[in-house]
Amino acid sequence: MNNSKSPVSSKKLTYTFKGGIHPCDSKSLAEDKLIEQFSPKTVRIPLSQHIGAPATSLVKPGDIVTRGQLIGSAAGMISAPIHSSITGTVKAMVSVHLPNGRKVPAIEIEESAGAVYQNYEPQSDYATTSADELRKIVADSGIVGLGGATFPTVVKLAPNSEKTVDTILINAAECEPYLTADYRLILEQPEQFITGITLLLTIFAGARCIIGIEDNKPTAIDMIKKHISGHESSISLAILPVKYPQGAEKMLIKAATGRVVPAGKLPLEVGVSVHNVGTVVAIYEAVVCNKPLIDRIVTISGEGIQRPANIRVPIGTSVADLLAACGGLKATTSRLVAGGPMMGFALANANTVIIKGTSGILALTDKKSPQLNKSGPCIRCGRCMRACPMNLRPADFGLYGDREDWKAVKELGAINCFECGCCVYVCPSNRPLVHYVKIAKTIKDEKK
Amino acid sequence: MRNSTLAASPQDSSQKSKDFPISLGPFFHTATSTKSIMWTVSAALAPAALAGVYYFGPRALITILISIATALLSEFGYQKLVKKPVSLGDGSAFLTGLLLAMNIPASCPVYVPIIGSFTAIVLAKQLFGGLGYTIFNPALVGRAVVMASFPRELTTWTAPLSWHTAIDGITKASPLGILKTEGYQAVVNHFGSTSSMYWNMLIGNRGGCLGETCSLALIAGGLFLLARGIISWHIPLTYLSVFALMAFTFGGSHPFSGDALFGILAGGILLGAFFMATDYVTSPMSWQGKLIFGAGCGILAFLIRTWSGYPEGVMFSILIMNCFNPLIDRAFVKKPFGAGYNG
Repeated sequence: MNNSKSPVSSKKLTYTFKGGIHPCDSKSLAEDKLIEQFSPKTVRIPLSQHIGAPATSLVKPGDIVTRGQLIGSAAGMISAPIHSSITGTVKAMVSVHLPNGRKVPAIEIEESAGAVYQNYEPQSDYATTSADELRKIVADSGIVGLGGATFPTVVKLAPNSEKTVDTILINAAECEPYLTADYRLILEQPEQFITGITLLLTIFAGARCIIGIEDNKPTAIDMIKKHISGHESSISLAILPVKYPQGAEKMLIKAATGRVVPAGKLPLEVGVSVHNVGTVVAIYEAVVCNKPLIDRIVTISGEGIQRPANIRVPIGTSVADLLAACGGLKATTSRLVAGGPMMGFALANANTVIIKGTSGILALTDKKSPQLNKSGPCIRCGRCMRACPMNLRPADFGLYGDREDWKAVKELGAINCFECGCCVYVCPSNRPLVHYVKIAKTIKDEKK
Repeated sequence: MRNSTLAASPQDSSQKSKDFPISLGPFFHTATSTKSIMWTVSAALAPAALAGVYYFGPRALITILISIATALLSEFGYQKLVKKPVSLGDGSAFLTGLLLAMNIPASCPVYVPIIGSFTAIVLAKQLFGGLGYTIFNPALVGRAVVMASFPRELTTWTAPLSWHTAIDGITKASPLGILKTEGYQAVVNHFGSTSSMYWNMLIGNRGGCLGETCSLALIAGGLFLLARGIISWHIPLTYLSVFALMAFTFGGSHPFSGDALFGILAGGILLGAFFMATDYVTSPMSWQGKLIFGAGCGILAFLIRTWSGYPEGVMFSILIMNCFNPLIDRAFVKKPFGAGYNG
């Protein structure tokens, strides 16, 4: 089969993907909250915030560091450098639990009294920067995919002799319920967003750009439309029906371009490079303002939070500090989540830090997120199968997972699962399908 | 567990106090549960069951209650015996008991629903591993067993509305029984006219099993399940349309002269197509599989009705197709998204 379809123009798109679900988007809690700035007194900056090798620490306790200073250097091809997010003194080398539970080394920095920060102002010479220089800036700035996967962005931008990227796809779907960080960025920094895209277009000469966004964000759509006038030849807008997981890379590519990424392959295989809104703005800031990736927009939301907000948070800020800044948690909070409610991680407590991939901190209540501790038998209703965007049959993962036959789970295609959680969402028996997939993926292939 | 003290001590990094529960996501879930599905199906059956009570009197209500009670007791007893968690609340045993009662004559001696329900729950369901592991539709296995054991009791029908006259025990043949022994014209004569025949079969004023006679109530219940997304159209539509096509083509004295509508309204095919062939556990998951399953049921039901010794074929058609269910499901495993593409 061949899937090299002709490029799609900005005409009405009829493409979509199969499967998917329609959870309550719950975005109204935070979608109208202007982005605020948060200034922590102490940060703990993990050296491993991205997919790939951890960074190597360049500082020791007692060192004075300034905001934006390189404190961890990239170690290896797939890695990213780490910069200090505040000006202060390195207190200690500590270890922290990342939101996903992994314990990693971190650098604790205490802000010096009366630290003064200059604004990162735009420089004017970016228009003449070459593609290779741009790539170097992106790499040196420690930019990773801010949608949550934290894949080092420069790897996605690398020139490739075999495959040509002809389409840059901007992921503005933000399909996880509650999260509004990208939405606020589009509304509040549209120029930076579009300029970031033009930088990507410089890197991939001759490519076109499609911005994929769901039709439940009309204000953002209008804002983008206003700002891409003048760029119509290279930037178009794909308005997609609301459906989770619209923002999953492969689903978005299918919906916005009609192309199908071969199973087990990367988007590059079909000539597409996908970047999240936050990442694009980070690229803009790095190139135009010389600002490394030292903060990100985090949505603090959920029915259990006193004051939902969108906050620009320095990397390494303690979640507890951030929750305190939002008035703390209501007594009804029954669950704390980093990321979205579908693919995020449950937090036992607020004793973790914001890293580059943390798109939100959610305080959920029993009403919206009931504790379903008991799972029942599979009644073969087929809902999981119809919801799976990857055409898998999650019910079978459950069948073999119950017997701990992880090899069989793998053979049934668990490796193709990107753990979007649609199957668990629809399962009337609350079966641990994604859980089994996660286990199966960690099992080494064969041990005799 | 609650933790509302975070705001009070945000800098305290050793929060040992109360932790939130940790589990893997997603943290959102639909409201649809196994329990809600089972009770919705039971609710969809209620109009037809009530119609049965209306036509066949308090006797019908007693049969329903005995059947459900036996099903619940059997499930409870078995699960206690083998020390499995008791799962009466999921509604599946209730539904099986209700379905069994609707599939036997209202006037059956009380031991018939007792034996039928017990067989359905213990033999057909629990011994196979309980909910989710059954190969054959439990209620239909129960019915098959009582059918084989008590053929006379299972074919003695109460005349509808005879309980009003207080003369108990008026028996009346079912339309399919008359068709089998005396032919189509005899059925029309039985009702007086063709239109009267259709009308009475539509509203349920005929001899037959407790819950199968009121076609209108069954169709309404089936449409309700379709609208609620509990069942999909694939099995009912193929079952009914393939059966109708067969009945029209081969059911008359010469080809293409059969009365398909009569075939649909007489007997238990509506009950079977909407409520029993669609049982999740014993029917295919893929839509292609559902089409084959439904079509197979339609063909078998017609063949059994027309050329076997039995007047009705719905039960066996579904039980036979249940055998093929695992095979059908295996034939339609989709390729993962992106498989077969090579960029």
